[in-house]
Amino acid sequence: MTDAETATTTAPAETADAAPATPGAVPPPTTTKPGRRSRRGGRLQAVLLAFPVPIVFVLVWQLGVVYEWVLPFGIQMGFLPYPLEVAQTLLGYAIPAFGDDAFAGKLWPDLGASVLRVLSGFLLASVLGIVLGVIMGRSYVVNSLFDPFINLFRPIPATAWVPLVALIIGVGDQSTIFLITLSAFFPIVLGAASGARQVPPRLLEASRMLGAGRLQQLAGVVVPAAAPAIVNGLRVGLGLAWVVLVLGETVGVDTGLGATITMARNIVRTDLIVAGMICIGLAGFLSDRLLSLVFRLAFRGRPLVK
Amino acid sequence: MSRNAEVRFADLAKRYESPDGDEVLALADVDLSIASGEFVAVVGASGCGKSTLLRILAGFEEASEGEVSVGGVPVRGPGPDRGVVFQDYGLFPWLTVAENVGYGPRRRGAKRADARALATRFLETVGLTRFADRYPGQLSGGMQQRVAIARVLANDPSVLLMDEPFGALDALTRSELQVELRRIHRETQTTVLFVTHSIEEAVFLADRVVVMTGGAAHGVPGHISRVVPVDLAGARDVTSAEFNEIKREIADLVHAPRETV
Repeated sequence: MTDAETATTTAPAETADAAPATPGAVPPPTTTKPGRRSRRGGRLQAVLLAFPVPIVFVLVWQLGVVYEWVLPFGIQMGFLPYPLEVAQTLLGYAIPAFGDDAFAGKLWPDLGASVLRVLSGFLLASVLGIVLGVIMGRSYVVNSLFDPFINLFRPIPATAWVPLVALIIGVGDQSTIFLITLSAFFPIVLGAASGARQVPPRLLEASRMLGAGRLQQLAGVVVPAAAPAIVNGLRVGLGLAWVVLVLGETVGVDTGLGATITMARNIVRTDLIVAGMICIGLAGFLSDRLLSLVFRLAFRGRPLVK
Repeated sequence: MSRNAEVRFADLAKRYESPDGDEVLALADVDLSIASGEFVAVVGASGCGKSTLLRILAGFEEASEGEVSVGGVPVRGPGPDRGVVFQDYGLFPWLTVAENVGYGPRRRGAKRADARALATRFLETVGLTRFADRYPGQLSGGMQQRVAIARVLANDPSVLLMDEPFGALDALTRSELQVELRRIHRETQTTVLFVTHSIEEAVFLADRVVVMTGGAAHGVPGHISRVVPVDLAGARDVTSAEFNEIKREIADLVHAPRETV
């Protein structure tokens, strides 16, 4: 350290403070700048590298439909729409002026309804999962109470819940939101619990000797220290929420991306099915990005526990 | 400082249960008083129980027997009256340097601006005002330890507990921080319990050096073998004959049991 070089054994702090502060202040910026620049260059490369595979995929798709390939699993490419057909359907689905069927412009109400269901279920699961998970991670008793129970329920897939839910809730919004909440809850609670369990003990000691009470410690140390694990759980949960959405929207609702896919199947419109699939994929992708963005904004670039 | 910050360990003992169910006596018969404002260093080989002693005073661990008190008040768990400086700093990585220093005052009800003012004042004490808005991860080890010292000072503790605080630092930074700590102790007159395995560091800093020996590995519980007063005036010269005489005396005490066992 530069401080050490200027400090003498006889003249302690006063001179040591003032002199080295300037040279000491220089290194961090110079070390971070090239790192950032190279990362930016790497990002451009990553964006460029993202294109070839999807382009080849679409080309193969086109060829497969033209020559009516039969692929393993008995996939009959001849039954698929052309990529261009899907693009046209997608355009009409999104913009009424380009559509000529009952689904023209229906994307937005569908998307709105679906987002609302995903969001309600996901938020409910987040609140329950984070609160219970953080407490489980910090309390031996609460963890012992809930952990076996949660692990018993977790392997039951949402698809297995559907028949029961249909009978005890019925079909429609409530059952869809219930299934989403249920599926998103497990990864969220487990992520929060493991994050809270792994808070460095030193930080807990530090906060207690500085005078933090139990609740202050939970809010000020446990939650920030567990934040990366919590966010991982949230991301998995949000992804599952979109998976389960289609399941819940299969019966009993008219508006929603899943509902439109089901209707498209009933009237044998593969182009519309694929268009719906693309929309759900995009919605899931964008919501994941949005979640990461919200997280970054909430922490305003603060470094977190490694 | 007029307040009574006398530390008393009375007949202290600490028992652990080993993994195979046996009881291990880690500390026994610890009787020690530290006067208000005194600087006491504890030295001893690894496993002699010196860190356990500090952690019991900090309130992180409970004594199995006996009592620890500060200013006559028995210790019941950790508290802001006993600031701890750890070897690995224990700073909150998501808080800035100033926020770390203001953490204690904030938890105890200080307004944000007041905490910030306190942080600035104590960062000045350790010479880091320019780094107030950095994060701990951006600082060197020596600077992080200065932040940790400022952080406990901001709580105005009666006792400063330091657990091998400079053990992870390079020799130059270490001696520089020793000089700084002596100055800070002069200015604040806080009672200090300083655990180290460097005899030179102990003699350089302390008014009295507590020598501990034993420990589970030696078949005897860790205990205080002697308390050596350091009667050196003012500025301490580590090369002087008197300094090295005290060092040698302590070294003999620290190493004695290992050779006889």
